[in-house]
Amino acid sequence: MADVAGPYRIKGETGDWEVVVGLEVHAQITATKSKLFSGAATAFGAEPNTQVSLVDAAMPGMLPVPNKECIRQAVRTGMALDAVINRTSRFDRKNYFYADLPQGYQISQLYHPLVGPGEVEILLDEKDENSVKQVGIERIHVEQDAGKLMHDQHPTMSYVDLNRSGVALMEIVSRPDMRSPAEAGAYLRKLRAILRYVGSCDGNMEEGSMRADVNVSVRKPDGELGTRTETKNVNSVRFVMAVVEHEAKRQVEVLEGGGTVAQETRLFDPDKGVTRSLRSKEDAHDYRYFPDPDLLPLELDEDFLDECRASLPELPDAKRQRFEGLGITAYNASVLTAEVETARWFDALLDAGAEPKQGANWVVAELFGALNRRGESITDTPISPEEAAELLRLVADGTISGTIAKQVFEIMLETGEAPSKIVEERGLRQTSDTGAIDAAIDQVLADNADKVEQYKAGKEALFGFFVGQTMKAMAGKANPQIVNERLREKLG
Amino acid sequence: MSEITGLTIAELRDGFRGGEFSAREIAEDYNAAVEAAQLLNAYTLTTPDEALAAADIADQARLGGNPLPLSGIPLGIKDLFATLGFDSTAGSRILGGFRPTYDSHVTANLRKAGAGMLGKLNMDEFAMGSSNETSAYGPVISPWRRKGSNVGLTPGGSSGGSSAAVAAHIAPGATGTDTGGSIRQPAAFTGICGIKPTYGRCSRWGIVAFASSLDQAGPMARSVRDCAILLEAMAGFDPRDSTSLDLPVPQWEANLSSDLKGKRVGIPREYRIDSVPAEINALWDQGIEWLKDAGATPVEISLPHTKYALPTYYIIAPAEASSNLARYDGVRYGLRVDGESLDGMYSATRAEGFGAEVKRRIMIGTYVLSAGFYDAYFTKAQKVRALIKQDFRKAFESCDVILTPTAPSAAFGIGETTDPLAMYLNDVFAVPASLAGLPAMSVPGGLDGLGLPLGLHLIGNELDEQTVLNAGLAIEERAGFTARPERWW
Repeated sequence: MADVAGPYRIKGETGDWEVVVGLEVHAQITATKSKLFSGAATAFGAEPNTQVSLVDAAMPGMLPVPNKECIRQAVRTGMALDAVINRTSRFDRKNYFYADLPQGYQISQLYHPLVGPGEVEILLDEKDENSVKQVGIERIHVEQDAGKLMHDQHPTMSYVDLNRSGVALMEIVSRPDMRSPAEAGAYLRKLRAILRYVGSCDGNMEEGSMRADVNVSVRKPDGELGTRTETKNVNSVRFVMAVVEHEAKRQVEVLEGGGTVAQETRLFDPDKGVTRSLRSKEDAHDYRYFPDPDLLPLELDEDFLDECRASLPELPDAKRQRFEGLGITAYNASVLTAEVETARWFDALLDAGAEPKQGANWVVAELFGALNRRGESITDTPISPEEAAELLRLVADGTISGTIAKQVFEIMLETGEAPSKIVEERGLRQTSDTGAIDAAIDQVLADNADKVEQYKAGKEALFGFFVGQTMKAMAGKANPQIVNERLREKLG
Repeated sequence: MSEITGLTIAELRDGFRGGEFSAREIAEDYNAAVEAAQLLNAYTLTTPDEALAAADIADQARLGGNPLPLSGIPLGIKDLFATLGFDSTAGSRILGGFRPTYDSHVTANLRKAGAGMLGKLNMDEFAMGSSNETSAYGPVISPWRRKGSNVGLTPGGSSGGSSAAVAAHIAPGATGTDTGGSIRQPAAFTGICGIKPTYGRCSRWGIVAFASSLDQAGPMARSVRDCAILLEAMAGFDPRDSTSLDLPVPQWEANLSSDLKGKRVGIPREYRIDSVPAEINALWDQGIEWLKDAGATPVEISLPHTKYALPTYYIIAPAEASSNLARYDGVRYGLRVDGESLDGMYSATRAEGFGAEVKRRIMIGTYVLSAGFYDAYFTKAQKVRALIKQDFRKAFESCDVILTPTAPSAAFGIGETTDPLAMYLNDVFAVPASLAGLPAMSVPGGLDGLGLPLGLHLIGNELDEQTVLNAGLAIEERAGFTARPERWW
């Protein structure tokens, strides 16, 4: 691992400490838009208790039936993580009482999960393709989400919204392979990207369709593993990194103060940036897991698995390598593949005939710059990949200069017009007419006789000034190459 | 013409179709009989208008020349089945006043087949009991009495309302459910027939769950043929129940035959229990003779793990029940008793809502699933269950149907059995077939010395309800069981 800054260490009074991190990521299967065992709809933000079937409300005599499409999405996700897919898995009941849990148990998979070991490759430095690290996946199991309590609707009572009750989750459990906040962040971002490529989960952490339980412990570098704490329901990459950082420091302080780290569940307070204890191991529930007798073991046949495999898209790593093979820089390739929408957009740009290297540079510099400025995402941009390819072609074939291209791009963003139309209607076509260029140069040199003197006296940096002035006089439409050639000639 | 309420379902069907009487007459006679039998406490809810409405539709259908299989037949429905628009309480206070917006798959099937509903039948709370004494709505009193005695007897349980209603002729047939004998033992106690089909034949959707891996619905009626007729209507694949069998429903009635030539009847030696009254073992021997007479050959078989069946059952069933009953928490429906906190509300609601036997089983179930005990109890019980299934698989290599007594005693008096463990022994012969998911039936064989009915128990191979029914028919024809309780209510 090529970590230029050296491994992440917490500086304690007794020396350096290493942090050990594992993540349990709960990813909602958003692809199906229907629940795991009831088939009820799962639209986000619907009126309370409008997305609830008899099964979700656990009415007497109601039974769960697995939603095959949810299983399919979880299998595809497992395959995308290079994981073992278990041909036979089964569902277990996790028993506990809470007002948001209508059945009095959550249907989950403890003993025989759907997906076994796999791994995720993370890049510790986006600019260095050799800075890779493998983070192990222990398992993925499929389970139901609970409903939601609303405490702000009534002075003394809590209300229950069961819209989320029964929604399908994948719990993706990593190995304790991460060693810094940055690694945890990189892992979560990469996992999110893969889920979004696969399409199983939209990765929308603000809406809660992805959240992480963060397991943190500290130890002396390469010593015995310490006792871990689990911080529940952390809902952004930034917060996950903050939890790792804060928890590691806290645990080091506890240990160096002569105390012991309690194995406990903690909650993150995003306002204060700290974690606090929720319940200790002694208060932990006895969930009385047992196989759900309402459900048969889940058996997957080869045809089903083949179909799942065949339906997988090109994944981020493969795409990045392909892009690099086209001559795109490692950094650009990494940036272009980080989000599935960007990657798709860029692939469409290539399909529309753009030159890969030029296209990548333009997307990363110009398009991203504009999107940032406008507070838009790639899916909002009014510019189609085809129009962008056209713009790049106009530059490549010398119809317009790079400077004019920026101008055309701005007009495209504002008006949504096609680039060739803009160039034609506004007369932005680049001129290679040496007569006109010569005339402009002559005028510039005549207007700046003093600077010509200085240049001839050796101040060669002024060459750029003459180019700029000429281009300005030509309203940017002069072919810069010809301007350069003619200027050198005229200045001797 | 004999009394309408004295006819079997097959006779009612034929008489109705032949125009001897109308469906409305059937429904009116039954409504009157139900009304007159309140002392039995067999119904928790009567629905005379529902019975009449179905009857009128049946009469119309007959005039139109296309009556449905159960047109004109009003039935009693065990209160464990959810019935659209009618209270469905599972015999529990916690579901008092609960009126479902849905019909169970089985009752919907019966409705589709043209059957009417006389009312909801009393039962042990959440089907946990063998005497109907655990019902929150009071025990059902059996129509039967010991010779010369006025002591109130139990109709068995948990489908005790069903058995009492069919035996007292206040329903021609009824639905029951059987988790560990809850159809067969009450059928035996009341001199009627009852069959639990292969696990998965009847959808569990809409039936209040007791122990999911064991629960199975089945009919209770006055003849083997009636059971075949009802079961055909109740059974069938339901995609809403993952454990439902995706198989066509056989034509059990059309294939009824009491000719058992070539059939081997297994007699399990482990079912000879010394403590069982001699009369019961004598009836068993008589049953063997009847089946021989029908052409069958008796063979001795061994079911070596039989003695572990009851303990295994009393681990698995409460374990599943403890989880299945967690949904009765006062939050969404049914009884709610307020408390200081959420946990306080749970405790108060469940303390008041559940009876003693249900609480006992929830506690047993919670215990056997808890950390540190799970492997010793639940995992081991699952293993023993597999061995019991294997016993039957082996046994059915050398026989086609198994004959045993249904219950180790005749009906006992209400309040006579207070020790829960003694109560659990009622199901000693019934439970193994439940654990193995096999079809099993009780048919009346005769009366004991006190004039109370005794049942014979037939266990069939997986999916082979037909052989069970056929052997039942052979016994029925030979036993000539016509005894009826003398009316005292």
